[in-house]
Amino acid sequence: MPDPDSPVPSLLSAQALRFTRNGVPVFGPVGFEVAAGEALLVQGDNGAGKTTLLKVLAGLLRADSGDIRLQGRGAAPALRARVIAYLGHLPAQKADLGALENLRFLCGLHGSRPGMSLEDAMATVGLAGYEDALARQMSAGQRKRLSLARLWLSPAPLWLLDEPYANLDLEGIDLVNRMVQAHLRDGGGAMVTTHGAYSAPPVRTRLLHLERPS
Amino acid sequence: MWSAARALAVRDVQLVWRRRGDALQPALFALLVLVLFALALGNDPAMLARAAPGALWVAVLLSGLLTLDTLFRGDAEDGSLEQWLLAPVPLAWLVLVRVATHWATTALPLVLAMPLLAELMALPHEHWPVLFAALLLGTPLLALLGAVVAALTVGMRRSGILVALLALPLYVPVLVFGAGSVTAAAQGFDPVGGLLLLAAGLVAALVLAPLAAAAAIRIALA
Repeated sequence: MPDPDSPVPSLLSAQALRFTRNGVPVFGPVGFEVAAGEALLVQGDNGAGKTTLLKVLAGLLRADSGDIRLQGRGAAPALRARVIAYLGHLPAQKADLGALENLRFLCGLHGSRPGMSLEDAMATVGLAGYEDALARQMSAGQRKRLSLARLWLSPAPLWLLDEPYANLDLEGIDLVNRMVQAHLRDGGGAMVTTHGAYSAPPVRTRLLHLERPS
Repeated sequence: MWSAARALAVRDVQLVWRRRGDALQPALFALLVLVLFALALGNDPAMLARAAPGALWVAVLLSGLLTLDTLFRGDAEDGSLEQWLLAPVPLAWLVLVRVATHWATTALPLVLAMPLLAELMALPHEHWPVLFAALLLGTPLLALLGAVVAALTVGMRRSGILVALLALPLYVPVLVFGAGSVTAAAQGFDPVGGLLLLAAGLVAALVLAPLAAAAAIRIALA
């Protein structure tokens, strides 16, 4: 049990996090915090290690050194799965399945927020009417929106979004911003990578700038 | 845990159904091998019957190898495996479910078509129960061993013959005891020993193979 006198632990905190691949440093050491109701914008050039950082936080890669804490506790796999929703570059959608079938599988795998239907989530991301469209017939932007629908249904409080704006039109970029805003209002947190070309969501934002280690 | 398993099983069955032409390939391949065997060995039923257990097992084993590479490759390429890793259920459990549906959609039809194939090879009817039991125990064991190999090679772009090279040494004992039990029955010996060894192997593989495959997937994705 956390000490009642201490302030509420932040959703995510990392200290002196460092990652090397085959002996070549990819990023770090970096340290940061994401509190509830707050977004952390990760900026950096191509190859600065933004994607790798998110993968390390999600648990797909293991950091060389450093400490990751979720809600004040050590990041055990079970806790990670409950706290983190990760949106990566790969859509994890089967080309031969329909949009709704893909969404149903991913929500079955990760669990979904109670009282929210898959169809509602599809409508929220602007895919109403595409329920039966096969994923391979959808555009890259539409597949991104389907991934966003999965994120929207996820019960996890911390969103790790890797280039969520990629492939989206202006309305889609606005959709991501509105989703992040609503998520933060509900007490969630978000960590968003971008190479800086897009406007940040209009929420309480911290900035983390990654640079290629020399 | 069950909802994730159900979701995965439903997804796999849907995918197989969408590509049902492809799904028939292993069964057709096994049939082809056996037809060639039957033609090549000539029209002596006694000779065919002697070769039947070995030929049937080889056909089943090779058709299993044919589909092995697809076990995790598609899921690795589209990022599904990443999501498996991040799911709140153990990766080994998802691997087990995936292998179970893979077996049920590729090997089980072949096992059920066994009367046809056995008739083709002129295997005497009284040996069918032993063959059926051996295949029912042996094919899931092959699928589980194959899953470990498929997981080991999932990080490579094209694994090709490497899968076969890695899998065959693991498959040999299954082949020996599977075909051996049918041959033993044909020669009037008790086939239970071979079947029990297959069953023991299956139990061990059910526990250990998903864990090994999950560890291999973690390494491949890192």
